[in-house]
Amino acid sequence: MSLVNYATREITCKIVYYGPGRSGKTTNLHYIYGQVPEDRKGKMVSLATQTDRTLFFDFLPLDLGTISGFTTKFQLYTVPGQVYYQTTRKLVLQGADGVVFVADSQARQLEENIESLQDLHANLAEQGIDARAVPLVIQYNKQDLPRDLILTPAELNDALNFRGAPEFGADALHGPGVFETLRSISELVLKRLSQPTR
Amino acid sequence: MQVDPRHRFDNFVVGSANRLAVAAARAVAESPGAVYNPLFIYSSSGLGKTHLMGAIGNHVSSHAANLDIEYVSLDDFVEQLHAAIASGEGERFKQRYQRVDVLLIDDMQFLTGRRETQTELLRLLNAMQGSGRQIVMSSDRPPAEIADVDERLITRLSGGLIVDIGTPDFETRIAIMRAKCEERGVKFWPGVIEELGRLEFRNVRELQGALNRLIAFQTLGGEQIKPEDVLTVLGDLPEAKSAAREQTAGQTRPNEFQSFLTDIASAVAQHVESWKARVAEAIAYWTGEGYRTAQLERLLQETAPPTNWESLLRGFGATVERLKALEQQATEVDAALGGDDVFRDPERLREAEILLDKALAGATPPPGPSAAFTRQGFEVSSSNQLAVRAADDIVADPGKRYSPLFIHGPSGVGKTHLLNAIGNELVEGSGGATAVACVSAQSFMDELIEALQEGTVERWRARYRAADALLIDDVQFVAGKERTQEELFHVFNALHSEGKQLVFCSDRPPRELDGLEDRLRSRFEGGLVVEMQSPDRALREKLYARYLAATEHEPGPELLSYLAERPAASVREIIGTVNRLVAAADVVGAPLTLAVARAELDPEMPAAARPSTPVVVRAAADTFFLDDEKVVWDWSDAATRMIEELK
Repeated sequence: MSLVNYATREITCKIVYYGPGRSGKTTNLHYIYGQVPEDRKGKMVSLATQTDRTLFFDFLPLDLGTISGFTTKFQLYTVPGQVYYQTTRKLVLQGADGVVFVADSQARQLEENIESLQDLHANLAEQGIDARAVPLVIQYNKQDLPRDLILTPAELNDALNFRGAPEFGADALHGPGVFETLRSISELVLKRLSQPTR
Repeated sequence: MQVDPRHRFDNFVVGSANRLAVAAARAVAESPGAVYNPLFIYSSSGLGKTHLMGAIGNHVSSHAANLDIEYVSLDDFVEQLHAAIASGEGERFKQRYQRVDVLLIDDMQFLTGRRETQTELLRLLNAMQGSGRQIVMSSDRPPAEIADVDERLITRLSGGLIVDIGTPDFETRIAIMRAKCEERGVKFWPGVIEELGRLEFRNVRELQGALNRLIAFQTLGGEQIKPEDVLTVLGDLPEAKSAAREQTAGQTRPNEFQSFLTDIASAVAQHVESWKARVAEAIAYWTGEGYRTAQLERLLQETAPPTNWESLLRGFGATVERLKALEQQATEVDAALGGDDVFRDPERLREAEILLDKALAGATPPPGPSAAFTRQGFEVSSSNQLAVRAADDIVADPGKRYSPLFIHGPSGVGKTHLLNAIGNELVEGSGGATAVACVSAQSFMDELIEALQEGTVERWRARYRAADALLIDDVQFVAGKERTQEELFHVFNALHSEGKQLVFCSDRPPRELDGLEDRLRSRFEGGLVVEMQSPDRALREKLYARYLAATEHEPGPELLSYLAERPAASVREIIGTVNRLVAAADVVGAPLTLAVARAELDPEMPAAARPSTPVVVRAAADTFFLDDEKVVWDWSDAATRMIEELK
């Protein structure tokens, strides 16, 4: 994982959107893609099933142009949420500079959220990565749903955010919270430039 | 072209979209040429590129009045170049720009397709960058996107810092308009400026245009504009239309991506390790100059900044300068050496120095043997046959048999002749390929002193070390000269270890040379030490015959035998005698006969004064022995025997 290449003057960040199935990871990427000005748009790669579920993974390259003399590129990935795509998740997670955990705010999905978060930790551990060292941001998606169906960010925090990671309520379909999440994870990742942990 | 004095840093409104560009511009203005060189600013039009460049120019001129600042748009630059070429003053054009300390070039995008301008600019950039003078350029797009531009120029442009200025955000727009209103002394109702700021103008110029319209409306209409009037006043501006539409739709869509980008830019600027960026800049620069930067690239692998990274960078620069100097020196000697790889890799500085030394050594080879002394002209007899035999062996097989060969004997017995003859034979035997250094110890020392004086000892040393054979005459003179002995010792070792031939002549054997360091003495004695003695009778006869034959006088056998009987300490004495006899014969006007010789050499003397001992014995006793029975007269095969034993 080479985040900053001073020789070629490139910064490349790999950010992985993780979370249970149908929590809205791909929706996040779609919203971001929709906001990118035409001249900066790369190609979003989405490998989806007929029913629009992510089968393999989504990949959105973001070319941010030259910043401080560095060609800056962000690569946004999503993992397939369904439990049986374990191998793909591990693959996509490899070399991630930061992870966005997209949780489904619906009360009945709490169990899936917890399972997925455990899965994330297990996969990181398997790659020999200390989960505490990886920049992580948690997004509580679908906050636009009726109050009686969802848990509030505070309630979700109690259940999921035991590490005190930055957390954002979001409505990925319409945009609120999407860029806040991306900005937060990007800043965490970039902060690690000046304080290498490994 | 003059910089607009209204363009200053203090009236440039800084917002998140241009913070980076302003910070870079300030850094450049405060220490031109030291950071971010070249600085390349790009943005779409009307966002303040020209203002920022002007601010740099004004700041520099007010803080460092002695610096020569030139602000020019690329179009003017091209025009000046064309005019200069048309009027045959191309050189003056170049010189003019080469004097500039801070060069500000606007509108670089017009470079597209202008080949000769690109070439001229590339040359200028190289010259300015090389001498640490600042270049600032602006364009409406990044360098890589300017079409049809020489690749080398692109890399130069990208080598420093590239910053862009984004469209101002809401707060910045408000700040800009407030500043403008203050400048104009106009006051609006609260909320009017904010209302105008909500409109998304593509650039500051359009924003100013809209503001001007409001100002005009208010001053001409004589009525204060209310916030709700703003859209009506600006009614036919496209931005106002779309804004009005959006407002009616009840939602505004802020440019989320743009503001994300801005935040990321400041995060990157904050977290990118500046020292690494500097190192990377240096790498890009020196790579562009054609130097290898492996040394610096290793530096980039470090996780924490090495405490001395700045001095490492400076050291690298100094090494490159040294390489340049070496290359230039080498090119003066041998043009083919220019551009040699060793002059491009600072890690091979030592090799470059060696290469230069070799070039210089080849350019001024050490003195060779004198052609006047030939082996054919050297008469052999039992008194010197050992030395001659050794010399012949050396010539047949240089460096293998007797190295060093140390010849000693009284002055005038032919040591110098033999030494030079060996040198000449070595050169001839190899068809001229062998570099033979043949020098007297005195001039060896003089050269060393001169080299010390001029600080060129290295070069001097290299000359001798590059020789294939070293022949030193009168080596007794180095006795007591410490530095010369030191140098001779090193040259000796260098050559000896490479199996090269060494020959020394001296008037005494090594062990009798007082003041000679033991390390040299033992080395001299480690080879073959042979003596050349005063000419014996047989040799004297040969020599007299040879030298007299060279005159007009044909010597008779009695005369030769008479002369050969007379003692002579050296060949020089024999030549002296011959000269004296020839002169005497000329005075008498008669041919040289025994009688004439006798009259000249042995004038009648009182009997008492005559020595009773035979002439030969007396001469021998003077120099060597008292008892003639101890003199070994016949050394028929002594040479063979002694050499065999020494093997």
